[in-house]
Amino acid sequence: MLNVNGLTISFTSREGTTRAVDNVNFSVTAGSTTAIIGESGSGKSVSCYGLLGLIPQPPGRIESGSALFLDTDLLRLNKHALRQIRGRDIAMVFQDPMTCLNPYMRVGAQLMEPLRYHRGASQSEAKRQALDLMAEVGIRDPEITINYYPYQFSGGMRQRVMIAMALINEPSLLIADEPTTALDVTVQAQILKLLSDIQLKRNIGILMISHDLAVVADIADQIIVMQEGKVVECGDRAAIFERPQHPYTRKLLASIPQGQKIPSSISPNPLVSVRNLCSWFKQDNETVKAVNDVSFDIYRGEVLGLVGESGSGKSTLGRSLLNLVPATSGQILFDGHEVISLAASELKSLRRRMQIIFQDPFASLNPRMTVYDTLAEPLLLHKLETRSSAAERVLEIMDEVGLARSYVRKYPHEFSGGQRQRIAIGRALASRPDFIVADEAVSALDVTIQAQILDLMKTLAQEYGLTMLFISHDLAVIRQLADRVVVLQNGEIVEQAETTALFEHPQQDYTRRLLEAIPGKSLL
Amino acid sequence: MSTTSINALVDAEQGSSLWRDAWLRLSRNRPALAGFAVLILFVLVAILTPWVAPYDYAQQNLELGATPPSPDHWLGTDIFGRDLLTQIMYGGRISLAVGFIATAVALLIGVSWGAIAGYMGGRIDAVMMRLVDILYALPFMIFIVLLMVVFGRNMLLLFLAIGAVEWLTMARIMRAQVQSLRQQEFVEAAVSLGLSPLAIIWRHVIPNALGPIIVYTTLTVPSVMLLEAFLSFLGLGVQPPETSWGLLISFGTETMEEYPWLLFFPGLVLAITLFALNFLGDGLRDALDVRGAKD
Repeated sequence: MLNVNGLTISFTSREGTTRAVDNVNFSVTAGSTTAIIGESGSGKSVSCYGLLGLIPQPPGRIESGSALFLDTDLLRLNKHALRQIRGRDIAMVFQDPMTCLNPYMRVGAQLMEPLRYHRGASQSEAKRQALDLMAEVGIRDPEITINYYPYQFSGGMRQRVMIAMALINEPSLLIADEPTTALDVTVQAQILKLLSDIQLKRNIGILMISHDLAVVADIADQIIVMQEGKVVECGDRAAIFERPQHPYTRKLLASIPQGQKIPSSISPNPLVSVRNLCSWFKQDNETVKAVNDVSFDIYRGEVLGLVGESGSGKSTLGRSLLNLVPATSGQILFDGHEVISLAASELKSLRRRMQIIFQDPFASLNPRMTVYDTLAEPLLLHKLETRSSAAERVLEIMDEVGLARSYVRKYPHEFSGGQRQRIAIGRALASRPDFIVADEAVSALDVTIQAQILDLMKTLAQEYGLTMLFISHDLAVIRQLADRVVVLQNGEIVEQAETTALFEHPQQDYTRRLLEAIPGKSLL
Repeated sequence: MSTTSINALVDAEQGSSLWRDAWLRLSRNRPALAGFAVLILFVLVAILTPWVAPYDYAQQNLELGATPPSPDHWLGTDIFGRDLLTQIMYGGRISLAVGFIATAVALLIGVSWGAIAGYMGGRIDAVMMRLVDILYALPFMIFIVLLMVVFGRNMLLLFLAIGAVEWLTMARIMRAQVQSLRQQEFVEAAVSLGLSPLAIIWRHVIPNALGPIIVYTTLTVPSVMLLEAFLSFLGLGVQPPETSWGLLISFGTETMEEYPWLLFFPGLVLAITLFALNFLGDGLRDALDVRGAKD
């Protein structure tokens, strides 16, 4: 159906011309799924956007190649003709559904608009079709939710709305660009299932872009692996997973989180004791019980995994341990000190001993502070070093987290996501804390980078003798790192157990659901 | 240690970097530097005016009357035969002083007020911002007239009064900036490091909120100068024979058909000042934005 041959796209900047996509071939047939896999910057998105004329030209330029779609070459079409095809025959689903929906327009109106204007459907006809579509993509109570604004939907539901919008004009090809990257694993599993259901029913071709082999393991028929603009390997699913030829493909396969931590020796006395902790918020005159009556211990030297979907209260719980959000009631003992009712001066000395690593390394670093300033701040604040001795220690920290010393005067925007996360880890470790909360610390990273950062955290945790609360929505990641796991749902603990026990004999339905959602189970 | 790591160490020891990097970037920005130089020149002239002015500013020459520019009077004379260049130089003393002092007052109060209100939030924020609302609602003219009546006509008081009005908008802009910054994770990270609220505001919040503040500041300076002219015109500010750019312009406007140079030259000087300020302001904003052009 779609046959791309020798596609080459280059970008010209002040530094010169780079080939973002170099002689790429792939094809999609009706009723099957082709997946393009690669890290950020591998050219996987550019090659798809290029087909649809969605890259800015200049600086971009399609140098050569052809893209036959139902016997027309997309690359030879003028803008007007391309726009006809885009949206009608080829539709797109993007990564972040929030930025792709108009926040001030009801979802129903957004769905009906193209039906009314492009197909000339009457108001009632458009509404009926919109309702059908919403039901098809699994949105509950479409009669009611058709009048919702985008913010009233969860991330997964918004992605369903986006898919419904893509289906409006009954396209024969659907391009999905990282459609599940911003979602929880459980929701990811649902969306992937939805995509393959739709494919089966409508017999359409799907071109899926992802950085994660595990995600496409269950649904892709053909897999194309891209690195630095070139296709390094392509083949059907079985060939890629069972007989990977190229070293890069093997590296991607090895990055899929698997395996389990060898339980470390844990001292029997807890460093952190949480008793009956509640953290409630008032929102629109309703009390949201983000964390409700939670009790658990974190023992010295252990990594405790905290798992749950978004909205389960896991981030609030992690932050209230550090007194970053106020607790409503309950008790938190850190090494015998009551954290909740501490005076400011005592709190400051306690803060040196407990640190946090955030999910988004683009938001967690002050954009106007150099690596030096960021890393030196905790050292100077807690008087661990003087102004003159801080530099030496900053460089040591950079060595430890794997950053070249020459980067010391650079600003965050000059780094990649993985490097930024290394800076954030360095900042958390600078004051030599005993306890670290890692809040989805690897969720925003590409799988290959994710594997590196996890390794780094494992090594440093051992070197520093850290106790850690590792928060994630992804059980596969938790399994690699955690000694014990706490499962959180709607602010309450559903289950807590040793990692092995939890994975082999989950006691609760909810835990089983989380386990089933791990992408690429078929590989393990 | 290898050379690179020694270099890195030296680099690291040079310490706090934002302001030094900003200065480096500013010094490479030609329009901004030119603007800066013009402003310094004007300020120097204003300070030295009593010694360098060609004539006495109050000295009238009624026989001469208004004359166009000539070798004796480079910028001409006004209807009382006073030298226009001298008047502009003396007027600059008042205008620049009111422009910079009132703006500085507004900047200082507005930025700290808005930053504290925005960062603290809750009840403190509510009380602080209600006060701003109340001051907004007070008719400005009545406020100034009252001040003048109670304390007498006093230049310093005039500066303070103008500053005390201009900071309100500044506080609102700052508060909006801080409110969005406060929710960023790097601020939360700073809290978890153990920094005090004031240190967080100073080190993490204000540097990231400066862009709009600088732009608004460059807009405040001219509006303050014109406000002074307005007050003086009403008899609440500077009184003849003392003068200011604003006053010169408003007198020039009255006679622009017969003696256009009386409007043209004061206007030109004010325009140059504003251009210089704008170039400097844009340069400062770019210099503080580390994401901008980088070597």
